[in-house]
Amino acid sequence: MKKIGKQTIKFNSPPSILSTACIVGPKEGQGPLAKYFDQCLEDEFWGEKTWEKAESKIIKETVNTVISKSELPASNIDYCFAGDLLNQCISSSFGLRDLNIPFLGIFGACSTFVEGLVFSSIFVEGGAGNNCLCAASSHFCSAEKQFRFPLELGNQRPPSSQWTVTGAGSAIISKNGTGPFITHATVGKIVDMGIKDANNMGAAMAPAALDTLLTHFKDTNRNPSYYDAIITGDLGHIGKEVLIELAEKQGFNIKSNYNDCGVLIFDKESQDTHSGGSGCACCGSVFSGYLYEQLKTKKIKKLLLIATGALTNATSSQQGESIPGIAHAVSIEI
Amino acid sequence: MDNPQDTKKSYQDYIDKKSPNSPIIKNCFNAFWVGGLICMIGQIINAFCKYKGLDTQIAGTIVSIILIGISAFLTGLNIFNKIGKFAGAGSLIPITGFANSIVSPAMEYKSEGYVMGVGAKMFTVAGPVLVYGISSSVLVGIIYFIFR
Amino acid sequence: MQEFLQSINYMQLLYAFIVGGIICIIGQILIDKTKLTPARILVIYVTAGAILGGLGIYQYLVDFAGAGATVPLTGFGYNLAKGAKEAVDQYGFVGAFIGGTKAAAGGIAAAVFFGYIASLISKPKMKKQ
Repeated sequence: MKKIGKQTIKFNSPPSILSTACIVGPKEGQGPLAKYFDQCLEDEFWGEKTWEKAESKIIKETVNTVISKSELPASNIDYCFAGDLLNQCISSSFGLRDLNIPFLGIFGACSTFVEGLVFSSIFVEGGAGNNCLCAASSHFCSAEKQFRFPLELGNQRPPSSQWTVTGAGSAIISKNGTGPFITHATVGKIVDMGIKDANNMGAAMAPAALDTLLTHFKDTNRNPSYYDAIITGDLGHIGKEVLIELAEKQGFNIKSNYNDCGVLIFDKESQDTHSGGSGCACCGSVFSGYLYEQLKTKKIKKLLLIATGALTNATSSQQGESIPGIAHAVSIEI
Repeated sequence: MDNPQDTKKSYQDYIDKKSPNSPIIKNCFNAFWVGGLICMIGQIINAFCKYKGLDTQIAGTIVSIILIGISAFLTGLNIFNKIGKFAGAGSLIPITGFANSIVSPAMEYKSEGYVMGVGAKMFTVAGPVLVYGISSSVLVGIIYFIFR
Repeated sequence: MQEFLQSINYMQLLYAFIVGGIICIIGQILIDKTKLTPARILVIYVTAGAILGGLGIYQYLVDFAGAGATVPLTGFGYNLAKGAKEAVDQYGFVGAFIGGTKAAAGGIAAAVFFGYIASLISKPKMKKQ
């Protein structure tokens, strides 16, 4: 493992993604990617009393699924990185409290899943352990409650707003395995272009995604055509268009091979999700379900996954602060 | 290197142009007829109270209580948010919206218990309405006392 | 019942519909054009109603449109201000503190009580869209 360029880590013996798993809510289960998910829930409570408990259960069951799919005994997993959107990351810490695997809680807003992949890869490559697990979750109802309004409030969502994905994604990164391999990781900087509208997260995060994208190309001496697919986490329809145009201005044409998890997970017209999906589970579940399958079947051989996050909370937006964005990228190849 | 403040401003302008606008004509039309209808229902209740010989003040209070009751009932049945999504200000601005803004957090925060959940969070949206409404009425009263 | 239907002033119903609808349109324009949250819009309405009520302007609208003016939240503000003024006439200075809340007591108590009842028997549900 060594640092190349300004912000990129190159893995000398790239760690392998051994298995992935994801569980999503009912709305995601009606979306175009439904068949790629391990489980689609019937209702958002999943038999629990509160949204928060339901989210904990989702991440817990997702982690159990990924462990059983990997066919490793749980005791062989050395570290677990997990995070979510609720205050102090309670979904992951409560959901995984019975897991008995050394736990490191992480927060990167909606970029948490890739942040977990980066940490896992570094730990594995650095020899701290043979197998690392990473997971991230989000829940529409608990996120609305914490960041916006009560569910029963009769308000209208503006067209630029995004829909928090209910679900969780999880992956096991291993020293041994047959791929797909994580070859590079580009850790992003915080970029704040002064957007204050909490109903336009895609616009707030797009500059961060651009910064990470350009830095990645510069550090690795690659260009967009090197990749079969460049996928961002949750920029949504507006953020996707913005990123394409911003990249074009910088001389990179990503139109043909670029897409966004928030655009892929819902059908905009029939599901009325406005600007698309968002949340930790957006990137987490689309990667663990759809993209991992594409890599395994070699439909995508070189993937650049850039998870984006809006580093804001309810207090900061009430105090009139702008929304800082973050984006982390991993290059996954088979 | 551009001045960062300039870049931020031009990015904001660019985003404003890029973001789709709300379908304002459609929204206003829906707000108009739903809001008008709610007011008309109020007027019918009012006329009925007057017909029964009640005075204006009591008739007005009864109108409020009935509309608030209906709104609370529809919120409890998980229907009001659908009306609100369709009608926007049409259901928010009438007293029904005030009732919905009290009932919806009460239901949402039930999971935090009946005292600090339901009791305290009930006013997260409607509390400001009471604070500013009552305060301005006290001010109006004081000014009226001085100048009458 | 027949007698009641005959007693209704149908022009008044129409005025209530139109004026109430227009007040809502103004709110809708505020929502779509300014990105104000619902709580802020309600605060603006109740305060505007109290000021216009205090100045005696809103009374004309109430006389013209009845429930079309009293049912929107501006009417709630108008009612508060009107109550405060009436109580000042009756009790003097202390009336400023009594009148407003007294006039709105029915609505506030109903909202709190029904809200509590609804939270006892009902649970929030996922928005389908």
